[in-house]
Parts: sequence; C-alpha cells; structure tokens
Amino acid sequence: MNVTATLFGQMLTFAVLVAFVWRFLWGPMTHMLAERSRRIADGLAAAEKGKHDLERAQRRAVELLRETRQQASEILAQAEKRANEIIDEAKSHAKHEAEGILSAARSEIVRETNAAREQLRVSVVQLAVVAAGRILEEEIDADAHAKMLGAVVQQI
Amino acid sequence: MPATNNPVEYIEHHLTNLQVGHGFWSIHLDTLIFSWLLGAILVLISWRVGRKLSPDAPSGLQNLLEAILEFVENQIKSTFPGYSPLIGPLAFTVFTWVFLMNAMDLLPIDLLPKIASLLGIPHLRVVPTTDPYTTLGMALTVFALTIYYNFRVRGPLNYLKSFLVHPFGIWLFPINIVMTVIEELAKPLSLGLRLFGNMFAGELVFMLIALLPWWAQWLPGGAWSIFHILVITLQSFIFMVLTIMYLAMAHTNDDGAH
Repeated sequence: MNVTATLFGQMLTFAVLVAFVWRFLWGPMTHMLAERSRRIADGLAAAEKGKHDLERAQRRAVELLRETRQQASEILAQAEKRANEIIDEAKSHAKHEAEGILSAARSEIVRETNAAREQLRVSVVQLAVVAAGRILEEEIDADAHAKMLGAVVQQI
Repeated sequence: MPATNNPVEYIEHHLTNLQVGHGFWSIHLDTLIFSWLLGAILVLISWRVGRKLSPDAPSGLQNLLEAILEFVENQIKSTFPGYSPLIGPLAFTVFTWVFLMNAMDLLPIDLLPKIASLLGIPHLRVVPTTDPYTTLGMALTVFALTIYYNFRVRGPLNYLKSFLVHPFGIWLFPINIVMTVIEELAKPLSLGLRLFGNMFAGELVFMLIALLPWWAQWLPGGAWSIFHILVITLQSFIFMVLTIMYLAMAHTNDDGAH
C-alpha cells in the first residue's frame, strides 16, 4: 500500500464531514437538548412551586372563611341588638308623641270649653240685658252699665 | 450453477478498485465516490434535521439522531476526562459515517458492480471501508489529532519526555524510545486495520457465498447478512470508542496513564 491521493482525499472528506456535523447538527442539537432539559427542570420546579402555592392558598382560604363566618355572626348579633334598640326607641318615641298629642287634645278641649263657656256667658248677658230691657221697657245703655254687666258676667 | 466458472477471477475482479492515475495520483474512484455519497447523505440529514430542531415535539429522524447523539455522549462521558468541543462531533461522525459505509456491505454483492459493468465500468467496490485508504485515512486523522492534543494538553516537552521514560524509566531510554514509538504507531494502524480487516473479511465471505450454487445461497447468505448487521454496527461502535479513548489518553496529564 502506498501513500496516495485517495488516502488524503478520505482524510479531507472525514475532516469536512466532522466540521459539517459539528456546525449543523451536533452544535444545534446539544444546545437544543440542554435547553430542553433546562425547560423540563424549570417546568417541574414551577409545578412544585404551584403545588405549594395552592396548598398555602387553600389554608389561607379556610382561615379566611372561618374568620368571615365569625365576623358575620358578630355582625348579625350586633344588628339584632341594634334592631331591638331601634324598636325600643321607636316605641318610647311613639308613646311620647302619643302623650303629647293627648295632652294637646286635652288642653284644646279645655280651651274650647272655656271659649264656649265665655260665649255662653256673653250670650246669657245679652239675653239677660234684652230680657231686662223688655221687662223695664226701657233701653239700658250698655255702655253706662258695662261695669255692672261685667260683674254680672263674672258671677255667672 | 455458481455465479461464475472461475472463482479466482471472480474474487480478484471484486477486489479490484476502480482506479485512475498512477503513483501518488492513483485514485480509487469508487471508494471516494461512495464515501462521498454516504457522507452527503449524512450531511443532508444533519442539515435538514439541524435546521429545524423541534424541542417540544421531536419526530422521525430527529428522534433517531437525538438517540444516537445521547448514546455517543454517554460513551464520551464515561471515557473522556474534562471537556473538548471537538470530541462530540468527531465521535458522532465516526459512528454514523462508518456505519453507513459498512452498511453498503448488506447490498447484494453483485448488484451494483453488475449495473456498473452494464454501463461500461469495469470494476466497482461499493464498500468504502473495505478499502484501507478509507480506514487508515480516518485513523491517521485521529492520530494527527492525538498528537495535536498531546502537544496542547501535556505540552511538547512532557510528551517527548514520555518517549524517554516510558515504560522502563529513564535509564533504559533507547529501549523506551523504540517501545513508545511502536506503541504510538500501533494505535492508528490497529484502529484502521481492525475496521478494514473486519469489513474485508465480511465482504470476502459474501463473495464465497456468491460462488455457491444458486439454490444453496439463501441459507448461508441470509445467516451471514443477519450476523453482519451486528458486525457493521459493532465495528463502527468500536472505531468510535477507540477514537474517544485515544483522544482521552492525549488529554490525560498523567504520564503513566495508558
């Protein structure tokens, strides 16, 4: 066997092939594989983290729910209490007002009675004066006898 | 009725390369063309797959190449110390290219030469790895790389010193030089000749089977073909592993490590 161009041709071919495979297959593919394994690791880590977050959120939700329930019952109790208070207030207020109205009505009645009585007195006096005038056949001067008539009215 | 009446002529015919030129410029056209064609297939596949790699949904050829790549990478990781960007592509190319060239052996031995002779081409050897120029060409390239890395990683002085002190110590340095030179030269020679020898022998057995009467060929031919699937894979694997190992040796700083 001699050293021939075939030998160097094959060496060159080999070198070119290695360079090509390096540049177009091995390089991109190892890069891609590394990227893929990194992404898988990231994904698994994210899933793990997500699970933890979920657990925490669930615990928090349960806690919140409990707190909320407690608050709600407290609010309910307060509201009931307040409602009772309002009812009581309303009752007392109404009672008060009713009393007011009643007393106003009473005083009105008294006032009306007095007025009626007064009018009645005046009417009685006039009647008396008229009647006396008829009896005496003489005109009584109302003005002249006003004092006397006033006294009479007072006596009735 | 055998394929030919003259077995010696038949075998000699099959063992002759399609050659042009003389002396240094004698070129084995069939070896070059077939290795280029197979290299072109490798290049084409690499380029097509490498151009649009899909990290999420790999399919078809990409799966195959990924599997080979990881296989090669595992081999490298188990033998190769440290890191070298060249070793991966080198081992990958060795494995795939040698496998493709070896696989030409599985084609019916007379198929392509017959077609060629009909086209007026007198000789054709279709398995490039049965030509020592191919196997030794690759082995010498690897050898050149080992020398380069020996110089770069261990330093020229350390490397030359290993010729003096290995394996018997400094006082027997003349013997050491001879021994180490032989040892170093044996590496590429054994690397190239192992592949050549295996493939040559395999081809020869196919020729002998082809010399049997036609009704007796299917059993040994089938058996040898099936066995040969193992051989071509194994030989490409061995060539790759030895390539990695020789380069790994060149990368180890320890002078005693061999």
